[in-house]
Amino acid sequence: MNRREGEGCPRRNADAVQDANSSSPVIAAFKVFQQELDTKHDKHERLVKISRDVTIESKRTIFLLHRVTSVPNADDILKEADVKLDAVRQKIGQIAEELRGEDIFQFHRAFTAGIQEYVEAVSFLHYIRHRSLISLEEINASLVFMRPEKVDDKGSAEAPQAGGPVLTFQVTPSDYLLGVADLTGELMRMCISSVGNGDIDTPFQLSQFLRQIHDGFSYIGNTGPYEVSKKLHTLRQSLGKVEDACYALRVRGSEIPKHMLADVFSSRTAHLDPEEGVV
Amino acid sequence: MSVTEMFSYIQGFLSADQDVREDIRKVVQTLEQTAREILTVLQSVHQPSGFKEIPSKCAKARELFCTVRSQLGDLKTKFPVEQYYRFHEHWRFVLQRLAFLSAFVVYLETETLVVREEVAKILGIEVVREKGFHLDVEDYLAGVLIMASELSRLAVNSVTAGDYTRPLRISNFINELDSGFRLLNLKNDPLRKRYDGLKYDVKKIEEVVYDLSIRGLAKEAEAGGEK
Repeated sequence: MNRREGEGCPRRNADAVQDANSSSPVIAAFKVFQQELDTKHDKHERLVKISRDVTIESKRTIFLLHRVTSVPNADDILKEADVKLDAVRQKIGQIAEELRGEDIFQFHRAFTAGIQEYVEAVSFLHYIRHRSLISLEEINASLVFMRPEKVDDKGSAEAPQAGGPVLTFQVTPSDYLLGVADLTGELMRMCISSVGNGDIDTPFQLSQFLRQIHDGFSYIGNTGPYEVSKKLHTLRQSLGKVEDACYALRVRGSEIPKHMLADVFSSRTAHLDPEEGVV
Repeated sequence: MSVTEMFSYIQGFLSADQDVREDIRKVVQTLEQTAREILTVLQSVHQPSGFKEIPSKCAKARELFCTVRSQLGDLKTKFPVEQYYRFHEHWRFVLQRLAFLSAFVVYLETETLVVREEVAKILGIEVVREKGFHLDVEDYLAGVLIMASELSRLAVNSVTAGDYTRPLRISNFINELDSGFRLLNLKNDPLRKRYDGLKYDVKKIEEVVYDLSIRGLAKEAEAGGEK
């Protein structure tokens, strides 16, 4: 450092004056960083926007599906839901497009909410149709997108085995799990409303299904991500409500005329509500 | 597939994930240890006696970076390379520290800002994501900001040790760094928070330069010293 003491400083000061003209290597380097960061942030914002659209459309699909219990012809609603979910899948295709060649997990936070909502919607539809839990593979299998030819020359880093025009989106197991946890809330609502319609079988099927899911979540316990353990609490509440509903149906169902069932039931749940924390 | 089967499949995935994280955590711990050792070596430049020993301290730090390289090499083998960001949080902190340490060594040696490629070379990693384990630009910038606060401290201590020209050089350097960071459009994230601290470092160094100039202690470098 001694050798610099004499002549080093004046020269350096000259450098500093130059940097106002933004020709110094430091400024040049930071210009590159600026570009890199902006590109990344832009991509993030675009993904957040698509994810919001996915969330909104999925929520609408779920609302639509709740009408199934009160409508005589459910097929029309299911078809409409299919159409809506196809539109959602197109959006997810845009996400996959944005992520082409990127590290999926770098931007995961931007679109995880949308994907969870999608899992919720698609598994709800699947349950109404097949009375079973959709598997992760089935979800992922439907998220394969054919790409238009014109962009073909870019090549694909994400799915090289497919040779280019195919783009896939993989839902992570955690997102799947969180989506399924949300599904249980929808199933609970479905249970309550089907009682309101005098449907006696559905609540029992639902309680059985919910119990299976609950057991599954207990099996995973705290190995899962942090959010899962938070959702487990809500899941218990939903399960409690559905089990109480089934209990009420079993005990009072034979005594009370069908058209009054709904009233009996709803007064009972209202009565039980304050105790939910204990469950 | 039944519900039970589905959940046990997911469970298998989750526990595999946890094993990977456990492995990573172990390696990161050894990395943190080495980073602390390097920091200890470099901290001695703040001692009055340490100013004469800067080259030897830097040489010693560079030796320790060999260990870092092998430990980072070990870390690379613990997870699939395309899942860097999945586990990024585990080594983000230590990588920022290491970026700081390499930037500090390079500054002490040459009084210039280390380029990102050079940091990557010192740490034995890549610059671009496509090539493997890389240095994220935000981590590099965070490391540079840590160095800025270290330099403001060095400016104070170099005056105590009787070196009156160093603060002027540091001041120029930091000002240039500051104008560099001004070019960035930072989001409201940890990097931005850290950048907000830079102005205090700049201010501190300017105060040191001011003290030196009004006492005529920095005469030989007065030409453009005060800003």
